[in-house]
Amino acid sequence: MAKTLTRSGTSSGLGVDAAVARQLLGDMLLIRRFEEKAAEAYALGKIGGFLHLYIGEEAVAVGTTSMLRPDDYAISAYREHGHCLAKGSDPKRVMAELFGRRDGLSKGKGGSMHLFDKGTNFLGGHAIVGAHLPIAVGVGFAIKYRGGDQVIVCYFGDGAVPEGEFHEAMNLAALWKLPVLFLCENNRYAMGTSTDRALAQTEIWKFAETYGVPGERVDGMDVLAIRDAVGRAVARARQEKTPSLIEADTYRFRGHSMRDPAGAVYRTKEEVEREKLRDPIVLFREKVVSAGVLSEADARAVEKDVNDRIDEAVAYADASPEPPGEWLFTDIYKES
Amino acid sequence: MAVITYRDALNMALREEMRRDGRVFLIGEEIGLYDGAYKVTQGLLKEFGPQRVVDTPIAESGFTGVGIGAAMVGLRPVVEMMTFNFALLALDQIVNSAAKMCYMSGGQFNVPIVIRGPGGPAAQLAAQHSQSMETYFYHVPGLKVVRPTTPMDAKGLLKAAIRDDNPVIFIESETLYNVKGEVPEDPEFLIPLGKALVRREGTDVTVIAYMGMMYRAMEAAEDLEKEGISVELVDPRTLRPMDTETIINSVRKTHRCVVVEAGAGFAGMGSEIGAFVTEQAFDDLDAPVERVTGANAPMPYARNLEKLKTPSKDRIVAAIRRVCNVNGS
Repeated sequence: MAKTLTRSGTSSGLGVDAAVARQLLGDMLLIRRFEEKAAEAYALGKIGGFLHLYIGEEAVAVGTTSMLRPDDYAISAYREHGHCLAKGSDPKRVMAELFGRRDGLSKGKGGSMHLFDKGTNFLGGHAIVGAHLPIAVGVGFAIKYRGGDQVIVCYFGDGAVPEGEFHEAMNLAALWKLPVLFLCENNRYAMGTSTDRALAQTEIWKFAETYGVPGERVDGMDVLAIRDAVGRAVARARQEKTPSLIEADTYRFRGHSMRDPAGAVYRTKEEVEREKLRDPIVLFREKVVSAGVLSEADARAVEKDVNDRIDEAVAYADASPEPPGEWLFTDIYKES
Repeated sequence: MAVITYRDALNMALREEMRRDGRVFLIGEEIGLYDGAYKVTQGLLKEFGPQRVVDTPIAESGFTGVGIGAAMVGLRPVVEMMTFNFALLALDQIVNSAAKMCYMSGGQFNVPIVIRGPGGPAAQLAAQHSQSMETYFYHVPGLKVVRPTTPMDAKGLLKAAIRDDNPVIFIESETLYNVKGEVPEDPEFLIPLGKALVRREGTDVTVIAYMGMMYRAMEAAEDLEKEGISVELVDPRTLRPMDTETIINSVRKTHRCVVVEAGAGFAGMGSEIGAFVTEQAFDDLDAPVERVTGANAPMPYARNLEKLKTPSKDRIVAAIRRVCNVNGS
């Protein structure tokens, strides 16, 4: 993952060639299978604490990352496995982190909500809602301070929008013209609170206008539509140091966390079943196969490869030892 | 050595570190065009420009988060809190983001940030602008907490804080900004974090104090000298990590210990020092550890009530006499 994919002209009319299609499909499937295996491992007691699955939202992370360069930054909240994997982290080390093992990305000290990967410029999983938005602005500040042309993508949910830090971050990024892409994954529920119970303005993209920056709403289940919107925003950030707000209309197929497996109290089964018809992976697979960009055999080969990689990730996490006791006291401070 | 104010010593430290290291920048409210609410950053906008002396709107959580993000990717921000009372608006960023980033990333992302500004009792500023804030921070693993008492310490400790690779909470005092003292002009003059200082040697009792309380304890010590009580004064300078060794060594010598703090006593600095002195030097103590603390009340506005809130010289003298088993004259 984490290769830059650009639009390339094809006769399919989809704007993607076979290599790009294979990668987008593979990346989305990798996240889906990873999350399914994580849910199994949670049920077996191998993963503890809170586990927030990204199933249903894969197109956002994959479409977005496909428009970034490897030296661009990404930062996210606590439903971040997909963003971390899309940015290029090794699924083996991500799974080991979820298992609380020494070979995890954060040495087993962070867990599901605190994935970090310096090697891919993934600046974390942050689990206080809204707190990472100002941090993303700080990364944008540093990029501009150094005269670079990188961008930072800041993923957050609709639940962060009523927080003051969303507004402080939007204001500062706009005021100082920083290369920050605010990417709101609107999955309609902050835990169990629907957007209409939380926001006086439920059309989140319209907050962009308040702060004088470009904003748009995009179908978060359509990986190609996300690529288009993100491509425009990244170009503005890189060339003009203009921040943008994109609202991706998406949906999580599972509950808020494993402790809310069905999500049945605050939404209906009918709604969930209806939304599953928008499954971003099924839709994209159908689209590229019917357009002849990939053959059925190509798609199956992608699926087989992903399944193998995830099996390897689970085996690796299982085999990794627990962190040694003395690690309790390491990394509290960086020794100069 | 130059004889300059505490304020100018801080300014000198900032200027020297900004000249030395292009990654160092300042960010906060009124620090540039206004030259600083307390003039600590005076003249720095003129020398370094708006890219490195960044005026912010009133958004403490926002601009503290900006500092943390910039620090994660290699810059060295110095965030000014116009007063530390406002840092509570950024407490989540400081405690949950800055302090824990290194740990929860398994050491991948450290946060070399200094958050500085005045705190502690001030002059008739009442409950929200006049209070000791260090307690909120020194409880947190991952933070370092500094309280510099003299102009020399202000310079040496601030420079060390800026060069430190970890988040440092650096709390100055409005009441000390005009205090003058000797300050080395050497741009490499540093005072290491985590080292206490014996400010006055004595043999009968160890008094531990910092900031304004150190000046008051110094007056008490000079008065008691006339009565034949020899007071040793220890200034921790850094509250986290604390130099327990210097404090314990002093108590082993004097066998008595009094802690003076401006803040409310409940679960304060005196509680912690009293606990570790008792744990580590119980057999050396000839008297229980005494605490002289601020009253367990918010800071009042009225001058007479305000005076009752913080420890007076008389209360410090009385506590020292008690542990030395000497009746007042």
